[in-house]
Order: sequence, then structure tokens, then C-alpha cells
Amino acid sequence: MTATPNSSTGSILFRQVLEIFVLLGFVSAFTILVMVLTGAPPLAACYHLFMGSLGSWVKFSHVVKAWIPLTLCACGLLFTFRIGLWNIGVEGQLVMGSVFATWVLRMGMERPGDGSFWLTAALAASVIGGAVWAGIAGFLKTKGGVNEIFAGLGLNFVAQAVVLWLIFGPWKQPGVASMSGTETFPVPLGLQVAPALRISTAALLIAASALVLTGFLLGCTRVGLRLKAVGSNPFAAVLFGLRPDLLMFVAMLFAGGFAGIAGNLQVTSIYHRLIPSISSNYGYLGLLVVMLANYNIWLIAPVALFFACLNVGSIQLPMMLQLDSSLGGVIQGALVLATLGVHAWRKTKNTGNEP
Amino acid sequence: MRVELVDIHKHYGPVKANDGISLSLEPGEIHGILGENGAGKSTLMKILSGFAAMTSGAILLNGRPTAFKNTATAARLGIGMLYQDPLDFLNLSVLDNFMLGHTGRLRLHRKLIRPHFTSHAQSFHFHLSPDAAVKSLTVGERQQLELLRLLALGVEVLILDEPTTGISAEQRELLYAALRRLAAAGKSVVLVSHKLEDVEALCDRVTVLRGGRVSGTTMRPFDTQALLAMMFGRPPVMPPRIVHIPGQEVLKLDRVSAQGGRAGLMECTARIHENEVVGLAGLEGSGQEAFLRAAGGITPPERGSVYLGGRDMCGRDYHDFRSGGAVFVPAARLEEALIPGLSIADHVALQADPPPFFLQPAAAAQIASAKIADFRIKGRPGTAVDELSGGNQQRLLLSFLPPNPRLLLLENPTRGLDVESVNWVWQYIRGYSQRGTGVVFSSAELDEILLVADRILVFFNGRIIKDAAASETDAHDLGRAIAGKLSS
Repeated sequence: MTATPNSSTGSILFRQVLEIFVLLGFVSAFTILVMVLTGAPPLAACYHLFMGSLGSWVKFSHVVKAWIPLTLCACGLLFTFRIGLWNIGVEGQLVMGSVFATWVLRMGMERPGDGSFWLTAALAASVIGGAVWAGIAGFLKTKGGVNEIFAGLGLNFVAQAVVLWLIFGPWKQPGVASMSGTETFPVPLGLQVAPALRISTAALLIAASALVLTGFLLGCTRVGLRLKAVGSNPFAAVLFGLRPDLLMFVAMLFAGGFAGIAGNLQVTSIYHRLIPSISSNYGYLGLLVVMLANYNIWLIAPVALFFACLNVGSIQLPMMLQLDSSLGGVIQGALVLATLGVHAWRKTKNTGNEP
Repeated sequence: MRVELVDIHKHYGPVKANDGISLSLEPGEIHGILGENGAGKSTLMKILSGFAAMTSGAILLNGRPTAFKNTATAARLGIGMLYQDPLDFLNLSVLDNFMLGHTGRLRLHRKLIRPHFTSHAQSFHFHLSPDAAVKSLTVGERQQLELLRLLALGVEVLILDEPTTGISAEQRELLYAALRRLAAAGKSVVLVSHKLEDVEALCDRVTVLRGGRVSGTTMRPFDTQALLAMMFGRPPVMPPRIVHIPGQEVLKLDRVSAQGGRAGLMECTARIHENEVVGLAGLEGSGQEAFLRAAGGITPPERGSVYLGGRDMCGRDYHDFRSGGAVFVPAARLEEALIPGLSIADHVALQADPPPFFLQPAAAAQIASAKIADFRIKGRPGTAVDELSGGNQQRLLLSFLPPNPRLLLLENPTRGLDVESVNWVWQYIRGYSQRGTGVVFSSAELDEILLVADRILVFFNGRIIKDAAASETDAHDLGRAIAGKLSS
């Protein structure tokens, strides 16, 4: 997770790039094996995965649309991983971000006026929504001793239930409740899409600044150092005057806030309404992105892009090869398992045979 | 079996723990490895026992080069190590522990092994009941069990790391006898120690390490001054004791009961004053640890009250105790006191007061460099604390103490340190008590307590059963109290 302080940045980067290539080889071998077993032609499948994600600007714009929420969730998760928390509740935090955004925008629908005001309000609300959801898990963890994984999983189910209840209850479309979600917002209540790029520049800017802010907070401020200290030795951290409970809570709020923004963008730049599958599982995928990136901020953007490509590209598989699109998920899962394996291997190699 | 270590190097980052060590172990010989902390003894033994991989060098067994991948390989080749803290499974019985590591048939034959174990134990005069739970044994008895287990596995080379720490005098004699018998039977015994008395009593040959290199080898009879010179370059002197006049009360425990250690703390009442150095004696886990942690606000008392400088600290946490002037330093340096993975400079940055929001790496490195120089720490600002040796970790911890605390609570501050480091630590801590700080420390070494403390509290089963000025008691008296027998 951390580089030894004496080795130069260049050699670390080289080693990590090398490891990524080793990993990719590992994963391709595994994927090809799966494809062969399922009777799919590996080369053709890879070709369609590639062309389906990077083959045209339209397809690439879909990739970027997936990259944005993945990156936001991954940024937030860096905070919780740094302090040693396993924030699996990121999925529910994203969902609650969407819910809070929808709630504000519905108010905006009733009072027509300046769209940017309502969009800003929705952004703030989604940060609060995600942070509140994460805060509940953080509170249960620090005050109640409930493991954050159990609390987070539970809250994920609750968040999903809240969405369904809203769509079929209080926020149902006039006349008929439908799986297609709530009423679609008018254009002023959505983020502007640059026509040439087919992507919302505001959403892209938000994701990029989240990366910069996260790298800066974790690398150059006392927040990052304190999170790391508590994550490595909570008992000693107390002796150094830190408050692990408070810091864990803060880390959860950051994770929830970033996930909330991701949820907001799902509503304001993709679907323009609340739908049952508003999260597209980007929260869970964000966990995999962070692990594959080895908790390294510099690798978050490329790894998230790779995951987004797999997600978008695998849509081609059923059309072109009559394969199930879940093959993309198989590849993603295999990648993460291979990464964890490589890191575990490196750890035992570095420390000799010491436990 | 003849073992040769040839030009062993082991580097942890920039730190050269072993820097070209060569030595040979002959069958039938008790070979002492002597050296101060950080001299490279433990590292060398970890390499020999297959626990750590060497950076370069060779190990020859009976002249043949051998590569150890792990402890299992080493054990199969006949090399076994008895660790300072015996690595046994506390919830298992003595017999089950003994059978661990026996390869062969899947099913364990307790009935077959039991008589084997009993006769084995008796031949060494070890009184171990096969059905007792390991957690009920003393450290010395657990060591005897581990020794029997290693012998049953057929080790030819037996390595003992500081075997006489924490065991009774009687157990030490039994251990000595057992080791002499093993050497007479043709096995090689390696005794790693920083205690001259052990080495002088037992060893045929001694290799002294200093700074990761061999600084000398001598045969029996040994010249103590020569050995000390090889260990330190110059013989250390214990600073003379200064008698303090206690000042105002800084800490009061009023019928405090708390969890912790084997016995916890029960109904404990005590007062600590300014300028006073108080030593806590007793068998490990008899309440000393619980006392220090209750006094420092680490574990809240279940009953009773703690007063710091006259203020009732009920319901307060460590942060309040710290701002009230109490500082607690735990014994487990890497597990509880320092943060593995962070460098010396990072530790400095964590303590900046007031902490700047933006980290200032240059300033932190500068302060770290100053501390490294002042406290003679072998490391650099960027060195991760887990790469430092135990003695250097302790020096680093002392460098973190605030300048004028009211009360210092030190858990076993010299555990595992060599003579020179011990002297250095006490000289430094005495500076505090002269400036008015009340100092409370625990130690497993009675001699140390008698030498350093003004007042001694003896713990037995969670209670203070003796409270005496150091000048009015002696090792015999304390020894009886530690065992629960009060002299009339």
C-alpha cells in the first residue's frame, strides 16, 4: 500500500507498471479460459469488447459517462480504505445521493425559475444524502461497535427499498406507477451536454476535481497522515493525541459525500429522473477499482477508465456473439482477484517469510 | 551437525542489520551469540531458523550449501528455534502442543505419545502435566514444553533467543542442565543473549556482534571486561543513584479495580508524588499493566477513582489525562506505541502542535534529524519505524516525550534492551524526575527496580501486597512478596 521511503518515485512507477502488465497477462489467460469453456471465440470477443467501447466517439462518450461515477466513488473509498474501513455501503450512499438530488429537483419542477440554482441545491443535497447514509454506518461503527461491512450492506438494501417505495409511492408518475421511474425532469433541470462531445462538461469537471482534491487531501495535508496513522495502528494513534472514532466518522463522511455526488450525476446528466437501478452498481464496482489500483490515487483514473470500457463494451457481446453481457463482470471480478493475489504475493516476497 | 554461516548480509532498506557475518557452530558445543540491541543477533538467528530470507551469503550444513525457504524447511533439516515468547497455542493442552508439528500419520495417537512425553519430561526434571492447559503454565514451563517439542522433532541445532528472560532461578538451572546434556549428546546449542551471566555460565565459545558485524570470538574462560569491550567498544558504567525528596502528590488511585493482564487490578489504592521514581514489581500480569493503564486513562476503572493532580478523572479519556500532564508509554513498541509503515519524520509531523493543515515535510524532516542526533538513533528521517531495532524504537519513543509532564507511566521501558541502552534510558528518565516529574514504571527485572526506583510496589494477583522504600528492602524480601509470601 505504501512505497518504501528510500526508493525513488521512478522505480516505484516502473514496478507498478510492470505489475499491471503481469496482471493483465494473468487476467487475459483466465478470461480466455472462461471464453473457451463457454464456447466463445476469444479473439472475436476481445475485438467486440474493444470496438464496443472505443470503436466510435459515441461509444467512447458512454465510457466516459460510466467513468465519472466510478471515479467519484473510488475517490471517496480511498478515504475509508486509508483508515482501514471497508465501506461497502458506498452503493447505498450513491443511491441516497440520487434520491436527495431528485427530491430537490422535484421542488424545482414545481417552482420554475433558474435551473442552475436548483442544480446547485441538488448537488449540495446529494452530498448531504450520501454523507448522512455513510454517517449512519460510521455512527454504528464507532459508537455501537457494528462492523461497517454489515451496517453498509444493510443500509444498501434500505436505500434500494427507499428508491422503489418512492417510485411506486409518493413520487409515482401522474396516473400510473412504472418501473421506468419518476417523471422526467425538464431540460433546464439537467446538466448541459456539450453537443460536440456528447458529454456533460460539468460532470467531467466535477470528477476531475474530485481526483485532484482527494490526492491533495490524502497526500499533502494532516488529514491524510492522520487517516493513515489510525489505519495502521489505532491504539498508538490515541497516544499521539488522535481520536480514531472521530477520524473514522470523517472518512465515512468523505466517502459518502463523493458517492452522493456520483448519485447526483446519475440523475442530472444520465437518466434525468430516478429509476430503480439508478446506481448501475457503480458503488460496488468502485470498490473493485480501488483494489485494482492498489489504493493508489494515480492509478484510479486509468483503472476506472478500463472498467468503464469493459462495462460499455460488454453490451456488444449478446448482439454480436450471442454471449451473455455478464462476461464483462467475470473479467472485472477476475481482475480484482488476480490483483489481490499479486499484492499478497508481493507482500510475502518483500518481508521474507515473516507472518 | 556442523553449521557454517558465510558472509551473511541482511539489509532492511538502508539499514544493514547483518553486514557480512561469518561464524561456525560445532556439534557438541554451546555457542553464545552476544551483542547489544540492534547488533544483529536476532536477525542472524531469524535467517538461520528460516524465518527471514538473507540478502546475500551462504549457509553450509556439514559443508553443503543449503537454501532455507521457511521455518518448516529449517526444521526438517534439524534446525529449531526457541523464541523469547514461546509460540504455543494457549487454548490447547500441554500434550496437544507437544504433538504439533509431528508429521506422519493423519490421526494423532495421544495414547502412544503420552508415555513418550512423560518419560521425556522426567528425564529433564521438567514437571509438566500432559493435560494441563498451556495458558495455566508460567513462561518458564511453556519454554520447557517448547524445548521438548523441538527435541521430539529431532533438531540437531537448537537456537535459544534470550531464554532466561522472565523465568525463575530454579527454572534457569533446569534449563542450563538440559542444555549441557544436549551438548554432551552431540547437538549444537546456540544461546542468543545480552546477559553476560548466562553466557559465562553456559557457553564454550562466544561470538560477539556489534553493528551487524562480528567484533570478536573468544573461548572459555571468559574475561568479562574483554567481552564488554567487544560489545560496546568501551565498558558501560551505571550512573549513581540520586535520592529524591518526594514533592506534592500527582496521582492518587482510590480503591481502583480495572481489567487487564491475567489478574486485572483489584481494590488498588496508591499515591505517587513529584520527583518520585516508583517501580512496579510482580510476576507478569499481576496487575502492574492494569495499574499503569488505569492511571494513564487508557482503560477506564470499573470501580474506584483516579485523581490526577488532585482532580477526579472519572469518565475522562486519554486525551484529558494527557492534557492533565500524564503520559503513558506502552511496552509493545511496534504494536502499541509506534505506527508501522510511517517514517520517523511522519511521527514527528503527527505530533506538531498546533498541527498545520498542510504538511510541511521539510520542517518535519529537520526536527526528525535533530531527534536522531540527540537520541543517537540509528536511522534517517525517512526510515520507517518498523525498520528500527528495539533499542532505537525505545529511544525514538523517549524523544517524543513532552518536556515537562507531571507523570510518566512507563510499561517495561527497558524490555529487551542491552546494558548500555538500559543505562542510557534511565539516565534520561532520571532527568525528568529531577525536574519534578513523578515516574512510575514496571519491570520484569528485580535488580533494575532495586537500582532505579525510590519506592517499590509489589503486585500479586491484582493487588498491591507490598509498598516499601527501595532503601528498606532487598531482593530476597521482594522475591518473597512477588511469590505472594509476605515476610513478617
